[in-house]
Amino acid sequence: MAVGGSCSSHEYRSPHHSDRKKAMAELGNGKKQASPEEVHPRKAFGWAARDKSGVLSPFAFSRRNTGADDVTIKILYCGICHSDLHTAKNEWSNAIYPMVPGHEIVGVVTEVGQNVQNFKVGEKVGVGCIVNSCLSCQNCNRDYENYCPRIILTYNSLDVDGTMTYGGYSNMVVVNQHFVIRFPENLPLDKGAPLLCAGITVYSPLKEHGLDVPGKHLGVVGLGGLGHVAVKFGKAFGMKVTVISTSAKKEKEAIERLGADAFLVSSNAEQMQAAMGTMDGIINTVSADHSIAPLAFLLKTHGKMIMVGAPEKPLQLPIFSLILGGKTLAGSCIGGIKATQEMIDFAAKNNITADIELIPISYLNEAMERLTKADVRYRFVIDIGNSLTEA
Amino acid sequence: MENGNNAAASPEEVRRSPAFGWAARDTSGVLSPFTFSRRKNGENDVTIKILYCGICHSDLHSVKNEWQNSVYPIVPGHEIVGVVTEVGGKVDRFKVGDHAGVGCMVNSCRSCHECAGHHENHCPGMILTYNSTDVDGTVTYGGYSDSVVVEEHFAVRFPVGMPLDRGAPLLCAGITVYSPMKRFGFDVPGKHIGVVGLGGLGHVAVKFGKAFGAKVTVISTSPSKRQEAVERLGADAFLVSKDPDEMKAAWGTMDGIINTVSAAHEVTPLLSLLKTFGQMVMVGAPEKPLEIYAFPLLLGGKSIVGSIIGGMKETQEMIDFAAEHNVTADIELIAMDYVNKAMERVAKADVRYRFVIDIGNTLSAA
Repeated sequence: MAVGGSCSSHEYRSPHHSDRKKAMAELGNGKKQASPEEVHPRKAFGWAARDKSGVLSPFAFSRRNTGADDVTIKILYCGICHSDLHTAKNEWSNAIYPMVPGHEIVGVVTEVGQNVQNFKVGEKVGVGCIVNSCLSCQNCNRDYENYCPRIILTYNSLDVDGTMTYGGYSNMVVVNQHFVIRFPENLPLDKGAPLLCAGITVYSPLKEHGLDVPGKHLGVVGLGGLGHVAVKFGKAFGMKVTVISTSAKKEKEAIERLGADAFLVSSNAEQMQAAMGTMDGIINTVSADHSIAPLAFLLKTHGKMIMVGAPEKPLQLPIFSLILGGKTLAGSCIGGIKATQEMIDFAAKNNITADIELIPISYLNEAMERLTKADVRYRFVIDIGNSLTEA
Repeated sequence: MENGNNAAASPEEVRRSPAFGWAARDTSGVLSPFTFSRRKNGENDVTIKILYCGICHSDLHSVKNEWQNSVYPIVPGHEIVGVVTEVGGKVDRFKVGDHAGVGCMVNSCRSCHECAGHHENHCPGMILTYNSTDVDGTVTYGGYSDSVVVEEHFAVRFPVGMPLDRGAPLLCAGITVYSPMKRFGFDVPGKHIGVVGLGGLGHVAVKFGKAFGAKVTVISTSPSKRQEAVERLGADAFLVSKDPDEMKAAWGTMDGIINTVSAAHEVTPLLSLLKTFGQMVMVGAPEKPLEIYAFPLLLGGKSIVGSIIGGMKETQEMIDFAAEHNVTADIELIAMDYVNKAMERVAKADVRYRFVIDIGNTLSAA
C-alpha cells in the first residue's frame, strides 16, 4: 500500500507549512542532505531495515520538535503489518533505506503544540498509515485523506520538510494533530493497535459499499490480519459472515473463536457451487496471487467484491460473471482520518480488537520471518514500551 | 401444448401462424430463407409486423456458436421495430397501428425479486428473443423475420415521430449503455464520462452522454475516428489509447467510463483515467479473459462493474428519452439478402455504426 512520496514540488497549505519552510531553510541550501541522525533536533531510536534483506536492527535517528499543531507521542505498542514486510524488502520498488517501518502505533501523549485543543498530555492515542496530506484537495475536503495525491505515509515517505518519515518501530513519534486518533478508555492498547491499519482497511470499504446492513451476507476471503478483523466487524454489523479460505484447518477457529457463520474451502468445488449467488458482498484480503473468478460466482446479482489485498500478478477478470450479474469489482486503500476515528470508536463500543501475539522488539526479525509464512494468529504487536531501549 | 412427450414440442405443432425469416443452420453462421411459425396471439400478446431489425454483434456470436449455446436453426435479431397488427384482450398499452419494438427479452418469471424490481434482465428465468427455450417448450426466433408475437410487458412503445429504422438499434445497443449510465449517475450534467470503443454501443453512449449534459471523451485505438467522434457525434475530446502522452494528460479526470470494447485490450491504463471512486462499466464481452492489476483499483477506490442490457421499464424510459432528445443510431440500411455480407463486415467492425435490415421492404417469402 506504500506509495512513493515524491512531494518535492507543490503548494502546501497545511497548518504547519511555515514551520516546514523554516526547517527546510535550516537544512541548508544546496548542501548535502543531512543524515537521518542529524536533521531534526530531538533524539529518537528504533529498529530500521538497512537494505532489501529486510533485516532490522537498532537505529538512532531524530524527530522534529513539537510544532504548533503537533502531538508528541511516547510509543507503547506497534503492530506489524504485512506492508511493513513488503516495504522493508523493497518488494514495491520504492524503499529508501534506512527504513523504520510501523503504522499501527499506539502510545501516550507527552507534549502538545500550542494550537492543539483536542489532545492532552497523558491521553492514549494512535497513529495509522497517514501522517500528512495536503488538506486542501477535493479528496481531503471530503475526509478521504487516504486518496490525497500528496499523501505522506507514516514511514518511507518524503515529508514536507524534505526528510524521510520514520514509523512506529521506535520510541516516539511527532504527528500533526489532524492525523492522531483518540483511543477510548476501554479499548486495550495492544489489541487495538492493529485496527489502525488492518481495522480501517476493512471497515472503510464495508461502510462505503453498504456492507454494514444487518441480515446481509458478507464473504471474507483470507483469514489473516485483515480477514479476522473483517469477520469481527461483519458480525458486529449484524451480518451473516462466511469465511472463504484455502485452509480447511482454519474452519474451527473461524466459527468457534471468531464467530463466523459458515466456512468454505475455496478448492472444494461442491461447497463453492452450493454457495453460488448467495453473497451480497465479499471482502478479499488475500495478497497472494489467486483466481478471483470462483469468488465472483459467490456473489448475488449486483453483488460487490472489494479487493483490499494487492496481488502482484494481474487479476483475471471474470467478465461474463460481472456482466451477466451486474457485479462490481472494487478496490480500497485504508480510509480517511474521520473514518478511522469512527472505526476506533465503533470497535471500543462493540469490544472489537485484534487477536495478537505480543512480542519484544528483540523478536522482530523472527516475527517477520514467520509473517512471510503467515504463521501468526493474527497480528504481531511489538511491546515497544517494555522492550525497546536505546542500543 | 400438452403433446404427451418429453421432447420440446416441434414449433409447427404448437404455433399456428406461419412466419418467414432468415436463419443460420450451422456454425458457419451463413443465413438463408427459413419458414417457421409463431404462436397465435394470446390475451396478453401483441403481434408485430416487423419493419426493421438491427444487426447486433451478439447475433454474429450466436449464429457462429461462439458462446457454445446455439441451437440451430437460429433466427437472430433483437432490435426489432414494426407495427402492431393484433392485440390480445387484456392488452392495454398498445392498439393496432401503433409502432412497437422488441429488444433482447421476450419473457421472464414475473415473480422473483429481480422481476419485481424491474430487473427482468437478471431474472434467472429470463427468456431471450432468440435461441432460448420459451415457456411452452419451443425455441424462440428473433427479428430477422416478418413478424413476432410477444407478451405486452416485453414490447416497447415507439413514440409518434420516432424514426423506426434509426431507433431499432436502441433496443439493444441503446439500453445496454443507457442502463448503467443512469444507475451510476453518469447522467448528471457536468460529469466527465469516457467512452471506450466507437462502434454500435460506443456511438450511442456518446449521444446519450451529450444528451445528459455530460462532458464526453472518446477513447479509441484508431486515430482516424477522431474527426468523426468530435465533429459528427459531438464528443468533447478524443484520446488515442495507445498514445501514452495523451492518456497521461487525462489521468484522474473522468467520473466514469463506459467500456464497449469486446476485443481483447489493456484495461489497466483505462483505470488511470478515472477520478477517485470512479467506475468503469464493462458492457463489451471479450472472448478471452481480460486482466487488470489490482494496485490501480486500490489506490483510488475505483471499481469495475459489469452491466447487461436493462429492464423493461428502463427500456421504455430510454426510448422515450431518446425520442425527446433526438437520440438515434447512425445506421446503414440494408436489404435482407445483404445480410451475410453485412455479418462479414460486422466481424471486421466495418460499419458506421449499425446495420439495420429493411425487413418491411425487402424480406419476402421465397
